[in-house]
Amino acid sequence: MSLILGRQHLDKIQDTLQKNLIGLGVQNTMLIDMAGNVIVTVDNGVKKRDMYSLAALAAANFGAMCSMAKIVGEDEFSLLFHKGQKENIYFSRVNDEFLLINIFNNDVTLGFLRLKMAQVIEELSSVLD
Amino acid sequence: MAFINLKDRVIQAKIVYYGPGRCGKTTNLEFIYSKCREQINSEMVTVKTQGDRTLFFDFFPFDIGKIAGYDVKIQLYTVPGQVKYNSTRRLVLKGVDGVVFVADSEAERRSKNISSLMNLQENLALYNKNIFEMPLVIQYNKRDLKKQGIEVLDVETMERDLNVELKAPSFEASALDGDNVVATLKRIISLTMSSLEKELENGDW
Repeated sequence: MSLILGRQHLDKIQDTLQKNLIGLGVQNTMLIDMAGNVIVTVDNGVKKRDMYSLAALAAANFGAMCSMAKIVGEDEFSLLFHKGQKENIYFSRVNDEFLLINIFNNDVTLGFLRLKMAQVIEELSSVLD
Repeated sequence: MAFINLKDRVIQAKIVYYGPGRCGKTTNLEFIYSKCREQINSEMVTVKTQGDRTLFFDFFPFDIGKIAGYDVKIQLYTVPGQVKYNSTRRLVLKGVDGVVFVADSEAERRSKNISSLMNLQENLALYNKNIFEMPLVIQYNKRDLKKQGIEVLDVETMERDLNVELKAPSFEASALDGDNVVATLKRIISLTMSSLEKELENGDW
């Protein structure tokens, strides 16, 4: 079964990501599905990245994390965050089929991003469900 | 699960190369990557062990141009073939739209091919996918071994072992030399796109 999204839905998703995340200082934000397809990607125009490869690895990484969580008796790990010296990646599950990936530097605090994420996920869910 | 973006008119579909360990899945992708660079705007991603075996997957997106006004991007993946990596094979199969089953022609690998194909059937079933309905191409790889004096299975035997019921299109190939690697890829892309087209016509979405 394929996923099909039209202009109206994709524009709504893009607006939500632009306003809430790029506006906050996030460099790249990307909605992907669990198969690793890129649904929407938005960036601040500063640095282009290979988002298709990142999506494939992120979906696999998230799947592996979920499998590990089950082995240790958890439904999922709620915080999936990779911290680098300059750049960080934060994963959020939107629902059973979609993941949101954010790349940001140390100017954005993780706490603030997490707070914002609740609102973003709610908005995305209303479009995707 | 293919994704169709009606706004930008882009289709993304996922094709997975499956098969037993050391059958040549990665070699297939490496050949495609080296010969079709104009259609690949990305580095090949590989997640390997220290011993150079595939640990998780190999991946790159492959642009095949426009079909019916849509830019079609095929996401090519391999799975790790070793038996112990079944959980990662399952993860890579999530959302698969088409499969190339790479069988090893070396005679002593006969039972590994059969086990791997059964494993594919089981893993697809976990995602409620039926191997008989999935776009599938079988590749009998390593036909070149015969030249080196290594005993290879004849194609009739391999067809009997693997393809009597499936009746999938099949190719004799040598991924190392590139023989029929592109033909295999073209066939699975064609089957996958036909399947998507049929799905859209039937409104199964």
